[in-house]
Amino acid sequence: MALNKESNGYVIMFSVILVLVTAVALVTVFSFTRDTVSNNQKLEKMQNILQAGRINVERNQAEAEYKKSIIDAFALTEKGEVKMKGEIDNVFNIDLASELKKKEGEEKLFPVFVCNKNDSTFYILGMRGKGLWDAIWGYVALQKDMNTIYNAVFDHKGETPGLGAEIKEGWYTAQFTGKKIADEKGEFVSVSVIKKGTAPASDYNVDGVSGGTLTSNGLHDMLKLFFSAFYEYAKTQKNAAPEVKAETVPATNDSIPADSLALDTQATDSLNNNTTTTNH
Amino acid sequence: MAEVAVQQEKEAIFSKKRVKLLTDPLNDNNPVTVQVLGICSALAITVQVKPALFMFAGVFFVVVLGNIVVSMLRNVIPNRVRIIAQLVIVAGLVSIVDMILKAYAYDVSKQLSVFVGLIITNCIVMGRLEAFAMANKPWPSALDGIGNSLGYGLLLIIVAIVRELFGSGKLLGFTIIPPSFYEHGYVNNGMMMMPPMALVLVGIIIWVQRSRNTKLIEAED
Repeated sequence: MALNKESNGYVIMFSVILVLVTAVALVTVFSFTRDTVSNNQKLEKMQNILQAGRINVERNQAEAEYKKSIIDAFALTEKGEVKMKGEIDNVFNIDLASELKKKEGEEKLFPVFVCNKNDSTFYILGMRGKGLWDAIWGYVALQKDMNTIYNAVFDHKGETPGLGAEIKEGWYTAQFTGKKIADEKGEFVSVSVIKKGTAPASDYNVDGVSGGTLTSNGLHDMLKLFFSAFYEYAKTQKNAAPEVKAETVPATNDSIPADSLALDTQATDSLNNNTTTTNH
Repeated sequence: MAEVAVQQEKEAIFSKKRVKLLTDPLNDNNPVTVQVLGICSALAITVQVKPALFMFAGVFFVVVLGNIVVSMLRNVIPNRVRIIAQLVIVAGLVSIVDMILKAYAYDVSKQLSVFVGLIITNCIVMGRLEAFAMANKPWPSALDGIGNSLGYGLLLIIVAIVRELFGSGKLLGFTIIPPSFYEHGYVNNGMMMMPPMALVLVGIIIWVQRSRNTKLIEAED
């Protein structure tokens, strides 16, 4: 065979065939694993939503527990108007990444899940924002008063390990519990992520991650955007039914055992994460 | 093709030379401790034994199959684009590993995160393809791949055992160090969880290995 292996034609032929074969192999594997992977991702999302309501389940039980605990869901526009009321599955499937990409003036939909745990109600807000390198997202559960944070769960795609990536750790999210999105007069303030020590600790700020300033800023913007939508919604709800405010007192009382539980998890978390904190 | 046929001398499937391909990388020519390749992943994913095991499985799959495929194609790969061709093959295999992990070991794949993709840049993989598979037949190449990934895995697992045991008192997630130890003031070594400690451990292993293995001791000038 007088095939010149170094001729341009041969090199191009070889490359094309090699790439085609590789592509076919990848597509085959992908089509086999696609369903399992997307199911895993769905279950993980359910797990995260439940986690925001402090319901910790194994992945294989996530779906059953999710169906039991998430009793309602709706979507909010940026102005706090309710859409998709009661369409739990559709709200679950809202892709925040594409919602956030929508242009100014188009309606963005933010998911809110209503969780019922031991007869207390939590509003779990789905969130998404920009970290330093890539997307960050999370779920924040608010108590029945629609103001006090019950628990927060964050995750990220590619923040720097040991720095920005720390936002997903339990010791970091623990500081969100008990923070408020509106002040005593009912005005919206959001929860600010600030550099430690630059402002006195209050109900409206949390510490950023040292060395992860840009991630912290992204987190700050994300919280503000989603809290403001929910605040507008909460305002309409409170105007419609003023007695909700009165109910908040027993609601916070209800949460006392849950909070003491929170302290426990916090303690174990800080044990587990001893090492991550020393990374700084 | 006639020349190739002439070269095919009969050789036992497990001749001495070939067994050496398997055993050499475990000790005398360990890819991590002797050739000091693949250090990067050895630091990153050895905090616990379980991800280390999966990483080993992934590298095993990629090195062995990559070696076999490249070795089978070695006579048709044009010399000018051989590195790119190897990269395409390795990248394809790594993507397959990544998809399988995501489907059947989702948690581990999250833990390994970018390091699965980084198998592509693991020097052991490209090193074996370029140095061995391009010049040898598929069967010895397969043995070479098995040997080298075992050598890599062996080191990975030793480091991971030490780090998980002393760093968090567990092995494969099971608590090993009894609670009574902690009551008497035993504390997990947080240093163990940090990447630099893996480097120190690898260093200690290299030291022990060099002092025991006479072949590795360089003659003094």
